[in-house]
Order: sequence, then structure tokens, then C-alpha cells
Amino acid sequence: MKLTKLLTGATLALGLATTAMADPTKVGFVYVGPVGDGGWTYEHDKGRKAVEAAFGDKVETTFVENVPEGADAERVITQMALQGADLIFTTSFGYMDPTINVAKKFPKVKFEHATGYKQADNVSVYSARFYEGRAVQGHIAGHMTKTNKIGYIASFPIPEVIRGINSAYIHAKKVNPDVEFSIIWAYTWFDPAKEADAAKALIEQGADVILQHTDSTAPQAAAQAAGNVITFGQASDMGEYAPFPRVSSIIDEWGPYYVARTQAVMDGTWESVSTWDGIGAGMVGIGEISDAVPADVKAEALALVDALADGSYHAFTGPLNKQDGTPWLAEGEVAQDYSDDGLAGMSFYVEGITAEIPN
Amino acid sequence: MIALQKRPTPSRALSLATPLIAVLITMIMGGALFAVLGKNPLEAIRTIFYDPVFGEFAFYYRPQLLVKAAPLVLIAIGLSLGFKAGIWNIGAEGQYIIGAICGAAVGLAFYPTESRLIFPLMILAGALGGWAWGMIPAFLKVRFGTNEILVSLMLVYVADQLLASMSLGLLRNPEGMGFPGSRNFSDFPAASSWINEAAGLHWGMAFAFIAVIFAYVLLNRHILGFNIRLTGEAPRAARFAGVNPTRLILFCLGTSGALAGLAGLFEVTGPSGQINIDFASGYGFTAIIVAFLGRLHPVGILLAALLMALTYVGGDLAQGNLGLPSAAIQVFQGMLLFFLLALDLLTNYRVVLKKKGAA
Repeated sequence: MKLTKLLTGATLALGLATTAMADPTKVGFVYVGPVGDGGWTYEHDKGRKAVEAAFGDKVETTFVENVPEGADAERVITQMALQGADLIFTTSFGYMDPTINVAKKFPKVKFEHATGYKQADNVSVYSARFYEGRAVQGHIAGHMTKTNKIGYIASFPIPEVIRGINSAYIHAKKVNPDVEFSIIWAYTWFDPAKEADAAKALIEQGADVILQHTDSTAPQAAAQAAGNVITFGQASDMGEYAPFPRVSSIIDEWGPYYVARTQAVMDGTWESVSTWDGIGAGMVGIGEISDAVPADVKAEALALVDALADGSYHAFTGPLNKQDGTPWLAEGEVAQDYSDDGLAGMSFYVEGITAEIPN
Repeated sequence: MIALQKRPTPSRALSLATPLIAVLITMIMGGALFAVLGKNPLEAIRTIFYDPVFGEFAFYYRPQLLVKAAPLVLIAIGLSLGFKAGIWNIGAEGQYIIGAICGAAVGLAFYPTESRLIFPLMILAGALGGWAWGMIPAFLKVRFGTNEILVSLMLVYVADQLLASMSLGLLRNPEGMGFPGSRNFSDFPAASSWINEAAGLHWGMAFAFIAVIFAYVLLNRHILGFNIRLTGEAPRAARFAGVNPTRLILFCLGTSGALAGLAGLFEVTGPSGQINIDFASGYGFTAIIVAFLGRLHPVGILLAALLMALTYVGGDLAQGNLGLPSAAIQVFQGMLLFFLLALDLLTNYRVVLKKKGAA
């Protein structure tokens, strides 16, 4: 582990240099998509800009976009650490192992990994309870569908995506018992062409509501072309498609978290934590519900948002069975975050969904 | 009317110099592009081409260049054999994926046994997997006269689907909390391709060097190499000389498949670390550029792969340090191929102005 020593030496030297010259705090961001994707990466970059706006000259931010998950990610993260970053946000699940590997070599640098589960002394994890937003989506979708068919463009079969499907389904079913979900796995976070194809296929199968867990606006455009299909903005407001087809959205609000964590590094109070915030803490925002939604449905949806925000209602409240009919949550019981059938590792559909999780 | 006229005797010196001239023109035009984007062009070019090799942190980037170049060399060497003979394997990406899957599967079957025999077995399995995937287009071509370009390319998408299925099913990490992806080989020393991870050295580099020497000897000292060159340069003469085209097709596609499979195996057990849905990162396609940039010559390919690696590593560096968008880096890499092909054309053809109607 000669290089490790060398690297640590280099960071130590840099660390000394930075404190001596009172340089600005350096914050790096690693993005999986382009900053102009209009979705996931776009919102993280808005968070980066919020950090710049909050601290001005006291902070210096850098970012690298379109970084493939794997060996390249490890090199880019190392590059940022070598260049003297004090805090590095790695904003995609696939950066988990690379982040942990680099963090071992740079014990003085703080790392923040989004949506993963591996923590270390200098690695925090953070994510948002997007499933709370999915509950609101499902509620509106269940009311709005006329064909009772809802199309869902999923990315990868990971717990976060499965949670979203379940949450949307449960709340659509609650207001419309005849509702059916068709799910297409795109195996990408961002690929406008694939996403458009998936949306078109779902519309041809009769879906008049398209939910997406991918980051581009291509499904919105496909729905607009079809004319009678509604959509929801994903990760970002996608307001350019409002009021129709986009009737609402789930917005990731990373800014406040990024500002707080940067502040903690500046103050020397940074600690490794696991953060999982929802609507209540402001990490998940619900975009304006447009006038295409009837007033009474909108009022119910807003009441649901409030209930989720103040904690009086949990998006996964029993009675709920798993897809195979085995009981999951008893009457009134709410899902645990971390337990055998907890939300963090969710790998099953709830009862009523006819599709299968790819395996 | 502008027309192209074949030069009777293209300049040999010029043909050898074109890659260098292409790099120079790319630097100039790329510099202009960066200037238009508001960056200092000299600083950008220096960051991409100089800093990774001689800059402050070159001790880290130099091995990273080898990490990036090794799979490119292995694949491009294999491709160049076929390309020389007019046998077009465009599907190295697929053979790379299958090699990685087969090799990883063998290794994971032994987890967590520690034995010196495991890694050699995995190398064998990786090479065999790539070989078998390359033999499909070869067999279809010799048996049914199908076009190997189409078949090998289509098999890439089949391999992609297999990769997704393996990451979610058979090879999924049983301790991975329901996330896709196999176990990480960094936790399985007996199956790791790293010779010295801290120094950034893995067995793929050793094999890449061996492949270069092997190809050089084959092409210059062996009758098979002579037959390959003859078939490409003068197919009729080759037929009269008794070259067996069937054997040549099987040899070229099989060898390039095996080498691509090896590249995949070394990548998955080293830099990448695990079989995952997005494991394929385009090496199989980039290697086509490398093969041509290196004039289909073993030593040329070695240099070309290092140059490509430099544009990737330096490109990420320029993104992080200068805030260049990743699209600008991709345009820059595209320019390189564009100018190379344009110069190739001008080496072999002369531009003449013809009067209308004269033709």
C-alpha cells in the first residue's frame, strides 16, 4: 500500500497548505448524467449552485458530468481528492464502491454518497423519500385515468425504484380499484431515445397515465404528442410541459442539504451520518398540481401531501400483502426503514401488481 | 465539380505521419473550440495532454492511463488481425461482455475459496467465452455466408441483455441488499486481476504487452500472418496462393473474440470490480478507433491506445479543473477520428477540380 501512503501524504500536504492560506472550501460533485438532463443531474447541479450562492467566495465548486459508474468513477473521485477537494458529493448509486475505495485513501476528505447504504468514518449517505411523492402521484393518477391503465417507465430493479412503483400502485388502487400497472424496465437512468420508445409502447398498450423513474423529458414529449395522456415531472419540475400533459411532479431538493453539509465542513462539525428525508424535511417537493386536475382531486392530493409532511400518515400503512399474497403489514402497521422486509432493501411488489420484478 | 482521383503511389511517409498530423490538427481545432467556449485553449490542451503524464499528480495518472489503455490494446490487437484480412468484427463489445461474464462466473463459483488455481481458470473461461461469442458470426459466415459486420454487431445487444440478466439473477450478490450486481472482486483476492492495486498494475496490462509481441511476430514472421496480409491486400492473389478463407475467418474472429473476452475478464476482476448492468463501457467500440488510429500495426495500436486513454483521463481532468462540458471533450475525441480519416483519404486520393460535363 505504498501509493496509499503517498496519497495520504499528498492530501496531508494539501490540507496543511489549504489551512495555511485560508483557501476557499473546495466542494466537488460527480454526476452520472449531463447537467442539462432536465432531471436528476440537473437538480444536483442546482444544489451545487445553491452552495455557491450561499457561500460566495468562501467556497469553490467543481463538477464532472457523464461519469460512468465503475472504474472511471473511481478515477474522477480520486482526481477531485488529489486536487484538494474538502467535500465530495457522489450523486449516483453506482458510485458506492468507488466512493468507499477512494475514501479509504483520503481519510481527511469528506464524502457524501447519494442513495447508497455503505457508510464510513468519512463517508455519509443521503437520499430522499421519493416514495412519498409517488404516493401523491398514484393518488392523482388513479383519479385521472379513464382507461384504468397506468404505464410506468422504470430504470433499474433496485429497492428505490421498486418502492416507488409500490407506493404509486397502493395509492392509485385506493382511489380506483380497477387500476392496472404496466411496467417497462429501461435499464438506464438517462436515455431519451429509449425512454421515448418505452412511453410510446405503453401508450399503444392503452395507458393514459405515464409515470417515469428515468430522468429525461422524452416521455413528456411522447405524451404530448399522443395528446390524451398525462405525466408527472421526475426529479425536476419539468414545468415546460405544464399544465398538460405534466399535471404535477416530484422535485428533488438537494440545495438545503448540500449547503448544510458544506457549512459543517467549514465549521469542522462534519460527521458521518445517514440521512433519509422526505416531504416534511423539504428534500422532496411536489410540483404545482395543474388545472388539468379537477379541484376536488387536487384538494385531496394536497391534503395527502400535508399528512405525509407532518407524519400523520405513512405511505406504507397496513393492511398490505406482498404480491404472492403473504401478509406484509397488519392493519395500521407502518413499514420499517431497516428490517427484513423494510423499505431500504425492498425487493418485492405488493399484492395486485401483475408484473414480475426482472430476475 | 470536385472529384477524387486515386493516387497511383500514395506516399508511404505521409501515410505513417497522418496520425501525428491528425493529432496536431485536433489540438488546433480543439483549442479553437475551447476558446469559443471561453476557456484558455493552451491551458485546456495542456490539461488534457500534459498534466496526466507530467503534471503534479502524474504519479497517480500514469498507471491510470495503463488501466484505461490495457483493454483497448487487447481488443484492438485482435480486431486488427481481422481488419487486415478484410474480416470485420464490429462486435468486440459483446465478446468483451461475455468474456467478463464467463470468467466472473467461474471465479464466483469458487467464492470464497482461496487457491492459486482460480485466477488462471478464470482467464481461461474469459478467453473461451469471448472466443465462443466471436465464433457465432464466424460460423454463420462460413456456413451460410452471412455478413459478419451485422451479426457481430447484433450480438452486442444480445450480450447486453445477458449482462443485465446476470446482474439481476444468477450472479447477483446474495449480500447486496437487493441491489443488482455481483460480489465485488476486491473482496476476493484469489480472483483479483490486480498485481499491485496501489501501483495500478493488473494482469491485463501484462497480457496486452504479450498480445502486441505475439501479433507482431505473427504478422511479420509467420505464414499465417503473411496470409492475413495477403488476403487483405490482394484477395485474388491469396486465392491463387492457396489461402483457405474459411480457416482465416475462423482464426481471425475467434482470436479477436478471445482477446476481447480476456480484456473483459481483466476489467471485471480489477478496475471495474463487479459484473453489473452498466459494466460495458464502450471499450469494444473505442478499440475500433484505436485499431485504425494505430494503422493496424501492433506497435501503432499500443501508442494509439495510450493516446486515447490520455484523451479520456485528460478530458475528465479538464472537466473538473476547467469546467469544460463533457460534450466538448467528446467532440474533441470525435475530431481526432474525423481528421485521421480525412487525412487518410487525402493520402490515397487527390482532389481534382473537373469542369461540369467533362465527366
